Parts: sequence; structure tokens; C-alpha cells
Amino acid sequence: MFLVYVIAPIGQSIAISFYDWDGIGAKTFIGIENYIELWDDEAFYTSLYNNVLWLALYMLAVPAGLMIAIFLNQTVTGIRIYKSLFFFPFVISQIVVGLIFSWFYAPNFGLFTKLLEFLGFEGIAVLADERFVTYGIIAAGLWPQIAYCMILYLTGLNNVSPDQIEAARLDGAKGWKMLWYVIIPQLRPATFIAVVVTIIGALRSFDLVSIMTSGGPYGSSRVLSYYMYEQALSEYGFRMGYGASIAVVLFAIMMVFITLFIVRMLKDEREGY
Amino acid sequence: MISSSAYAAGDLIINLDQTDPAPKKAFEDIVAGFSKENPDVNVIVNTMHKEGYKTSIRNFLTADAPDLATWYAGNRMAPFVNAGLFEDVTDVWEENGLNEQLKSAAASMTIDGKKWGVPYTYYQWGIYYRKDIFEEQGIAVPTNWNELVAASAKLKEAGITPFTIGTKALWPTGGWFDYMNLRVNGYEFHMDLTAGKVPYTDPRVKATFDKWSELVKPGYYNTNHPALDWQDAVPNLVQGKAAMYLMGNFAVDVFKNGGLKEEQIGFMQFPEITPGIPMAEDAPTDTIHIPAKAKNKEDAKKFLAYMARADVQTATNITLGQLPVNSGAERPEERILQQGFDMLSNAYALAQFYDRDAPAEMAKAGMEGFQEFMVKPDRADAILKRLEKIRTRVYK
Repeated sequence: MFLVYVIAPIGQSIAISFYDWDGIGAKTFIGIENYIELWDDEAFYTSLYNNVLWLALYMLAVPAGLMIAIFLNQTVTGIRIYKSLFFFPFVISQIVVGLIFSWFYAPNFGLFTKLLEFLGFEGIAVLADERFVTYGIIAAGLWPQIAYCMILYLTGLNNVSPDQIEAARLDGAKGWKMLWYVIIPQLRPATFIAVVVTIIGALRSFDLVSIMTSGGPYGSSRVLSYYMYEQALSEYGFRMGYGASIAVVLFAIMMVFITLFIVRMLKDEREGY
Repeated sequence: MISSSAYAAGDLIINLDQTDPAPKKAFEDIVAGFSKENPDVNVIVNTMHKEGYKTSIRNFLTADAPDLATWYAGNRMAPFVNAGLFEDVTDVWEENGLNEQLKSAAASMTIDGKKWGVPYTYYQWGIYYRKDIFEEQGIAVPTNWNELVAASAKLKEAGITPFTIGTKALWPTGGWFDYMNLRVNGYEFHMDLTAGKVPYTDPRVKATFDKWSELVKPGYYNTNHPALDWQDAVPNLVQGKAAMYLMGNFAVDVFKNGGLKEEQIGFMQFPEITPGIPMAEDAPTDTIHIPAKAKNKEDAKKFLAYMARADVQTATNITLGQLPVNSGAERPEERILQQGFDMLSNAYALAQFYDRDAPAEMAKAGMEGFQEFMVKPDRADAILKRLEKIRTRVYK
């Protein structure tokens, strides 16, 4: 199954990226021309830049998730309700998140505009402004992503050994020191998973861009996965070869990250963490 | 020909991209009328949402073809014709005298000297305006560019945005470019440009942008338009925050549903810019085709002939609120539609629309450029340079 549905399509995509093909007609072999075009394509660099922005800002989900998890890791009556409230955004579909945030940012009547006006600023149409649009979408994406990291850390916190905390406390550790030297090292597996899913989440960010802006205004909120979709499958696209070459680049970026991570992990294992 | 066993011989399967109430009703009537005349044919209609249809048509034409499929005229059908996915229906045109009756749309249905489908409706584009606001402000309907700019200035002064638009889906920008270019440089130049024969860096294209910037720079459009769909821009007009809307005639139904009264809605032809250039109009045509892999082509051809008939087109377009293509069909009775009908009958030539006249790749990049221009008019040169780069690649 893995071979048929994952490995083979990767090979096929790489192969298609050397062709000029509209998906229905005849394929023409054009060598690396798609990649040459990519090299000189402003839209590609916009997407790449936005992907980097996504990666950098999406990482905020990890510490934010940790903070909320620590905050929620208490025994107070009704804590389960609070936990589920915080977890809620992860349960709803990305599409719905996108719609909610589109309404939130809507010019004229959106809550965000009203909020700015209440604070004495002028309302901004976030999704219509090339300066803010990507940040606006990332903020929407962070909402469920933080919830995801939080749940990972909540599970992790369950496994933190009480003996070590007790011992550290006897040694006089508390507050930040306790967190940094005692708790976080024990959360390493949770951190690992949180970072990996966040990186992958940032790189394959597609749903929100598609729902909230369709890559607009004039392509300024595109990311690689959306650009690939646009070129290969959308109404005005159907350039399978070019789309495939974008996919190959995205795949290469993901491979770099994943390899770095595995190397890091192996090194840590050897050093006996 | 090997016939499929999945459907009985008398089945006729139609894939339809119309989910709005009026077009749906129109097609129900067509099917009912056809079934009455051909009781041996069992018509099956699959209705899909318009945007979804655009992406799935490629799949169903190659894999599981229906007997009939709705689509659009002009360059929009070219990829399917070139890939051999549409059936040549020149014989239907000849046997039913359609070359005469559908003459106005013949050019946009012809590729390689053959006809590839049948048009059943089209509609005018133009500027819809609030009659009552114009009266209040003492503005006469502009007939040339200077009057249009002056009217816009006056409206802006009164705190009313002259033009409302929503460009999230990009295509509304195409309507603006079409009209600016048709009026500044004329039909032949516009067709050459969309056919890739003229560079976008041509000074004449720049001239179009310069004229256009006379509306963009003073802020005669609503800001925020990249975040709005075309329907989202309608409330501006309904609430009187904006006074004009360049759109296709399908918008009238939305205006009325939004609460505008019949007498509040006016329609004007896009005014003259370069004096002496004959006025051409945008009039997109909706069409129906037989896929090459259809199983029941015989009945499909009967259906095409039926849909092309004058009396059928009359009835269909009354329900649609649009214009019949068949020259023998009756004129519409509705006021705005009549105005549009007169305008199109006297038009020098008809363009389909930017995204139907230009190939898909160019259309996408072009409309994105127009949107960018409408937000950042100072980038005109950079935008045109980028479009030129794409043009040289697309039309090689």
C-alpha cells in the first residue's frame, strides 16, 4: 500500500515535472525547462518566502502550546471543561477555521475591524492588503495548531515523574529554573512530535489559503502547495508538468527538514538523552 | 462503436453546471419539452455546482463522458476541442439551418472550420447604476469618458463611492480591462492582444492603463475589493454607498433580491473613450456540447437541435432573464434586457470576455495583474512587463 500510494506517486511526480502536459493532451518532454522557468518566476519566490514566514511563525505554536498546557495542568474543579474548550479549535475542520477567520477579518462588519475602530484605529481589510494578508492567515492557522501542541504537551505532562520534581524542589529549584531544567527535558518526546507536526503543518498549509484568499490579493498570500494546486489543477491552470516541478521543490524542502531532524534525533539517542 | 451496457439505449445523460434557481428551472423546462417530443428518450440530468464543474469537466470528459455537457464559447472550449474530447457538430448546424439562425455566435463556436457545440444564451455587460442617486446628485447618464470621470468626482464629493467591485475571484477585473481596452484601442486591437499577437508592453496597452488610472488613483472604487466576491460588492450598491457597478446582466437578479426596486436600477452602455472607435461589447455566450466519448450521440444531436430552435430559446431565455442567440427568437420584454438587446444588436462586434478570449494561463496572470493595478496603480509598468514575460511563454 505504502509503495503504491506514496512511493510510486513521488516517482511519477518527478517524472511529470520534465514534461509539458495539460493533463488531457499529449505529453511533450522538455527536460528541465520547467525548473528554469521556476527559477525566473516571481510568483514562485513569493510562495517560497511565504512558506518561510509560515515556518517561522508557526513555530510559535510549540511554546504557546506548552504554556497553555502547563496552565491547564492543574487540579481545579471543572478543569476538564477548560481543557476541552482549549482543544476545541483542533477538532473543527480547517475549512471552518478559515471561514470563521474570514468573517472575523471581514471589512466593514468584521469583529476585527470593529475592535480596531473601538481602540481608535482605522479598520484594515487584512485579507485585501498584501502587507498583512499572510500574517492574517498564519494567525488563523495558529489557532488550531496551538491546540494541537497543547494536547501533545498535556499528555507529556502526565508522564513527568513526580519524584524528580520533588527532588528538584528539595534542591531549591522553582519557577523558570524548574521548567527549563527539570520539566522541559522530560517533555522531549512531546516537543519532538510537536515540532515535526508543526513543520509539516506549515509546509503543507493549503486549506486556509484556499478558503480565505485563494492566494490573493494578486497572489501575495500564495504558498508553495497552493501555487502547485493553482498551476496543476485549478480553473486556469492545468500545467501538470509545472505543477509537478513545484511539488518536487516542496518535497525537497520537506526532505531537508526531516533529514535534519532524524540526524539530530539519532545524535541525541547516541549521546544518551 | 461499442455501446455501453450500463445505460439503456434510450438514455440521454446531461451534465449541467447550473444550480441557481432560474437556470435550473430553464433547463427543467427544456428537458420537459424535449421529452414530450421524443417520448422514447429518457433524459437524465446531473447538476453540479459551477466552480466544481469547472474542475471536474476534464475528468468526466475523459473517463465517464455524459452525452451532453454545458460549457463556454471561444478559447474556453479550445483545450477540449484540441484534445479531441468534443464532438464535431457541424452537421447539426447545417441540417437545421443554424448557420443562418445562430450567425452572431458562429465565429466563437468555430475552431478549424468546424462547429463544436450550440450556444443557447448570452447576456450583455455594461454599467448598472442607481437611477435615484443619479437624480439626487443631478447627474446625467455619462456618454463619454470625461462625463464619466466628472460624474465620479461629483459622487465621491458627496461621500458616495462611484464604483463598487469585488475582485476576490479575479474575473470582475477582466470586465474592466476589456471595456477600457475596447474603448481606448478598439475591438481589433483587443482581439489581437488576447490572441497573443501584441506585446503587453505595447504603448497602446499602457495607454489603456493610463486612462484606467484616472478612476483608480482618485479612489473611485471601493477599497477592500480584493477581499470581496462579486456578490459581496452588491450591498454597497443596494445601501447607496456606491452608485455604479460594471457587471454582466446576471447581476440584476441579485440586485433585486438585495432589495433594489426595479425603478432604481438603470443600465448604460460603457461610454466612449477614444472618439471615433466603433463600440464593441462584452457578451459571453453559454453553450452545450457533445463529448467525443458520449454513448448516445444520435439523441444528443437531436437535443442540440432542439435547444437551438427559436421558440425553445425564447422560452429558455425568458426564464433565464438573458438573451436568446437564435435570430428568430422573440425579443425580451424586460426593460434592462431590452436595452441590452438593442445595444448588442447595434454593437460593432462582440467579445466573449477576457478569460474566455485569452487562453487560461494568460487569463489568470492577466486578471491578477489587473487586480494588482487596481490596488497599486503606480506599479503599472512592472505589471505589464511581467505579463509580457508570460505572454511570450504562453503563445509560443
